[in-house]
Amino acid sequence: MKSKLTFLACTLLIAAPGLLSQDGHLQAPKSIAAGNGFSIQTSGSGKATLYIVGPNQVLKREVELGQPVPFASGTLHNAGHYLVILKTDGSVDKRELDVTAASNASELTFLARPSRLPVGLHDGITGAVYVFDAYKNLITVPASVSFELTNPAGAAQTRVVQTHNGAAFTAMDSTQQQGADKFTARLGDVTNTRIVGQVPGDPCGIKMSAKPSGQQIQLVTEPLRDCSGNAVPDGTIVTFTETYDGAETTVDVPLKRGIAQVDMPVHHGALLTAASGVVLGNQIRWEGQ
Amino acid sequence: MNKGGLLAVFLMAATIALVVAGTLWPIPSALAYAGNQHLLQSSSTPEEAVGNLGEAIRERAFEKAYSSLANKAQFTEPQFEHDLGGYYPSLLTYATLDHFDVRPLRSSASDADVQLKLYWSTVVGIATVNRNVHVVKNGAEWQVVWPIEKQPVVPPQVIPVNYLRWDVIYRGAGDDWGTQDVEAPHVRIVDMHPVQRADGVFILGELLNEDVVPAYVSVSATLLAKDQSTIATGSSFDKISHLLLPKQVTPFLIRFPDRSLSGVGSIRMTPFSTLISASADPVIEIDDEHLSPAPDASLSGQLINQSGQTVNVAHVLGTFYDKSGNVVWVADRYVDTALLPQTPVPFNIHIPEDLARKISTQRTIVASYSEVGAL
Repeated sequence: MKSKLTFLACTLLIAAPGLLSQDGHLQAPKSIAAGNGFSIQTSGSGKATLYIVGPNQVLKREVELGQPVPFASGTLHNAGHYLVILKTDGSVDKRELDVTAASNASELTFLARPSRLPVGLHDGITGAVYVFDAYKNLITVPASVSFELTNPAGAAQTRVVQTHNGAAFTAMDSTQQQGADKFTARLGDVTNTRIVGQVPGDPCGIKMSAKPSGQQIQLVTEPLRDCSGNAVPDGTIVTFTETYDGAETTVDVPLKRGIAQVDMPVHHGALLTAASGVVLGNQIRWEGQ
Repeated sequence: MNKGGLLAVFLMAATIALVVAGTLWPIPSALAYAGNQHLLQSSSTPEEAVGNLGEAIRERAFEKAYSSLANKAQFTEPQFEHDLGGYYPSLLTYATLDHFDVRPLRSSASDADVQLKLYWSTVVGIATVNRNVHVVKNGAEWQVVWPIEKQPVVPPQVIPVNYLRWDVIYRGAGDDWGTQDVEAPHVRIVDMHPVQRADGVFILGELLNEDVVPAYVSVSATLLAKDQSTIATGSSFDKISHLLLPKQVTPFLIRFPDRSLSGVGSIRMTPFSTLISASADPVIEIDDEHLSPAPDASLSGQLINQSGQTVNVAHVLGTFYDKSGNVVWVADRYVDTALLPQTPVPFNIHIPEDLARKISTQRTIVASYSEVGAL
C-alpha cells in the first residue's frame, strides 16, 4: 500500500506541469486571395501568441485561445507561401497558408520595343505585358490581353493573346505611313498605351538640279521621300560634291523643309553629285549654263 | 679634431661657397628655366634674334617679345598676342609653346629670312605653326620684323539661322519600369579593313547613322586570336567624328600599336551610339580639296563656315580610298584657328608616303566645336 501511494505521488509530481500548461490549436484557411479578410480559429484555453510569417511580412498577435482571430481586408497583400504559428507556453501548432494574387487585374505593365523604327518592317514592333493585381502581385491565371497598334490615320492592327504565367507577348508590323502610332494593351478595363514612332526609311532617290547663282552654282534637291512616299525628315544630311580638275569641294547640308540647297563655286566641266547615307543621286556635268 | 671632422667642415664650407656662387653668378640656362631671363641674350645673328623671340614667346613674356620687334610701330602688343593665340577662342588660345625650331633661309649683311617653327602644346596634341620672318640689322643687333597676319573682319550683321535642333527627354524617375526609354540611334559599320603597318595593326572603316535623329558615336574593336582569346581591345578615340547627323558617315581609325595581324584570327567590332541633343548648324563647306602626291603627300583644301556662328575648333577627317573603293587610310588634322562666317581657312593633312601611291580618291568631313556647346 505504501509503495502504491509513493508511485501515485511521483506520477502526480511528474505530470503536474503538463496539467497546468495550456495546449492551443489553430485552424487556418489553406488559401486566400491577396488583400481579402480572413479569420483563424483557435482552440484550447488561456493566452497564446499567433505569428504569421511570409514574404516581406511578419504579423504577431496576442490571442485568447478558443476565440477566432479576425484579419481585416488588406492585412496580407503579398502573394506567396505563409506560415501560421500558434505558440503557448507549452505547445506550438503550425499551419501553412497560401496567399494568391487577386483575380481582378488592376495594372498592366507594358514593354513596347522599339520606341522608333522605320516604316514597313515585318514584326518590327514587339509588345510584352505583365498582369498585376492591385497589390502588384503577378496574376498567373490565364487571361486574354488585347494588343492594338493604331496609326495616325486611325487604321489599327489587333492581336488577342492569352497570358501564360502572367505574361503575354506579341509582334506587329510597322505600317507604311510615318508618324506616332499608339500601341495599346488592354485587359478588361485596364489599359496601357505606348507611343511607337514610325520614321521614314532611306530616300528612294535623290534628284538634284543646278542653276547659276551669281558667281556660284546653286544646287537644289527635289523634296526627298522614302520608297513608301514618306517625306525624309529635316536634318537628314545630303552630301554635295563638286569634282573638277583633280580637286573636290564637298558640303554636308541638312535637309530644310524637305529639300537640301547649297551654293558651290563655279568650275566649268565640274561633275556635281549628291548622296545621302548609302543612297546616291543624279550627276550633273556643269558646262556653264 | 680628427680627420672625419675636418672633412665634414670642408664639405660644409664648399657647399655654402657653391650656393653663394650659384646665386650671385647663375649660369644662363638656370636663369632661363627660372623664368628670369632668356637663355640667349645677345641678338648678334639673325638666328639668335629669332631664337630670343621664340624663347620670349615660350615664356609668355609677350611684352618683352613685342618690344624686341623691329616693326612694332605697325601694330599693338595685344594685336601681336592675338596674332599668336588667335583673335577668337581656338585651339591656340589655351595652348603653351612647347618648343620651337629656327632655320635660316637666306642671309645678307643687312637682312635675313629665317623660318620660325612653333610647336604649340594643345589639348589635342602638338600643333605646328610655321612663320617665315624677316630679320634686319639695326646697329650691332638683329631685330625681327614680325609678319603680322591681318585678321579677316566680318562686318556686323544679323544672319538668320533656322536649322533644326534636336533635344532629348529621357525616361524619368516617375515612369513605371515598363516605360520604354527613347531608342538609341541605329548606326551601322558600312566598311572595315584591318591594315598591317610597321608600328602595329590599324582598323579602318566607316560608320553610318542610318537613323533620323543625331547620334553620339564611337567604335571599339577587339582583336581575337585563333582560339578566340582576346589579344587587345581599342577604340577610335578622336579618330572619328563623334556627332553624326541623320544619314551622315564618319571614318574611324583604331590603333593597336606593336600588334601583328598574323596572330589575329578575327576582329570583333562594337559600334556604340546614344542620343544627343544637337543642331544641324553650322554647315561647313570643304573647298578646293587636293590630293598632293609623294613626296610630302597630303590632302589640302580650305574650310568655309557657311553659318553665322563662329566655329572655335574644327577637326578635319580624311578618308582615303584605293581604285576599288576600299578604305586604305584615315587621317585627321585639327585646325588651330577659329572659323569665322564665310571666311576660308586652309588645312593640310599629311598622308604616309607608302600609302600615297595607293590612294585614288578621298572623302573629307569636318567635326566642329563651338564655345556655346559641342556640336
